Amino acid sequence: MNIIILDYGIGNVQSIKNALKIFGIKGILSSDRDDILKADGVIFPGVGAFKKAMMELRSRGLDETIKQYIKTKKPLLGICLGMQLLFDSGEEFGKSKGLGILQGNVWKLPILDDEKLPNIGWNPLIKSDISWSNTVLDNVTINENMYFIHSYVCNPLDKSIVLANAKYGNISFCASLKYNNIYGCQFHPEKSSTAGLKVIENFINIVHQEQL
Amino acid sequence: MNKIRIIARIDINNDSVVKGKCLEGLRKIGKPNEMSKKYYEEGIDEIIFLDAVASLYDRNSLINIIKQAAKESFIPITIGGGIKTIKDIRDALSAGADKVAINTHAIKNIDFVKEAVEMFGSQAIVGSLVARRHRYRWEAFIDNAKHRTNKDAVEWALELEKAGVGEIMITSIDNDGRQKGFDIELMNSITRLVKVPIIASGGAGSSNHIIDLFRNTNCDAVAIASLLHYEIENLKEIKNKLISNDIDVRI
Repeated sequence: MNIIILDYGIGNVQSIKNALKIFGIKGILSSDRDDILKADGVIFPGVGAFKKAMMELRSRGLDETIKQYIKTKKPLLGICLGMQLLFDSGEEFGKSKGLGILQGNVWKLPILDDEKLPNIGWNPLIKSDISWSNTVLDNVTINENMYFIHSYVCNPLDKSIVLANAKYGNISFCASLKYNNIYGCQFHPEKSSTAGLKVIENFINIVHQEQL
Repeated sequence: MNKIRIIARIDINNDSVVKGKCLEGLRKIGKPNEMSKKYYEEGIDEIIFLDAVASLYDRNSLINIIKQAAKESFIPITIGGGIKTIKDIRDALSAGADKVAINTHAIKNIDFVKEAVEMFGSQAIVGSLVARRHRYRWEAFIDNAKHRTNKDAVEWALELEKAGVGEIMITSIDNDGRQKGFDIELMNSITRLVKVPIIASGGAGSSNHIIDLFRNTNCDAVAIASLLHYEIENLKEIKNKLISNDIDVRI
């Protein structure tokens, strides 16, 4: 099985590699178009600023490569900013255009009296009406705590793609999504202990099933 | 409010875990990766490794420890001590760290913090504030509490927030290693003004001290060392005690 971790010079990707390795998969870091289009599965990591990340993607031609990969209908897992970048637009440091693969936008959480920003910590996943079976959340316990670290959240136009929400104060936001073979997590599965590793394992299983 | 986070603070000299009092008289008490792995398995929420002497002797001995920890512990890992260039940060993050904690070089050059935030994002940069009490105010110290700066700790926290750090870890020099509780006034004087998450460090000698901290301050996380290193209480006991006192933690 060939899983590529998109390499665009951003964040801690070593931990994603380490998490894949727990399940015997050697994740390969790459920004090469041919590698990516040949991959069985792609993980799209990301932390930091939306606009800068889009610039890094474009400078490597990865924006077009990701869109082409999506057309192959093979599985992709976007993590944190990697999920946010799939949307139409983001508003970090001024409005900027995203990849436009998913409809909706990315917006900044407001500063609330009883909450801190960035939103950092372990929060429970609140299940939506969509079934988790055969998704990245398969067999994850409802209300399981995952590790979040972010100030921005995505707002999908189509709410039926939301697998789970989480809360910041009284604001509910999209914590995980599924659209065809595209999966997204606002939390960091590679940093969410055994519950997070289950998400990585589920993604590997999804990739494996697609290969059959 | 989010669950509070319990963070294992592992101070390191060369390849040993060290602990002293008031950040002095450091004694070797274990191996970093053995301890971090144990705490991960017991359910710690995060790990912070601090290279206790890096800013004094100009070296960075943590990379191999981070690499090993990131293979074994799938929770956030922060590294601090002697971080002074963008390359240091890049090396730490590519070894598997999620965040770096910066003190000395932030005080020497706040533009370095701004540049780091722009490059890696707020979530990767923790402002490390090490403070000593002078009656009713606190002064920021650098070089692992060896040198004073004449900077007011509260004003310095505000500058760190303005520079864009994602969190601030506040270490009380006076309370560190003494196991007699936290400097609640120091924490309050900062959380009153600062909106980024605050990690309190220095003074935990029992779970009661942690309960006291969260009942009386608006801190978001606690970094503990002696309490775990000397096995005064184990993590499970600490977390259960917090929950029975209505303080929400991850089980």
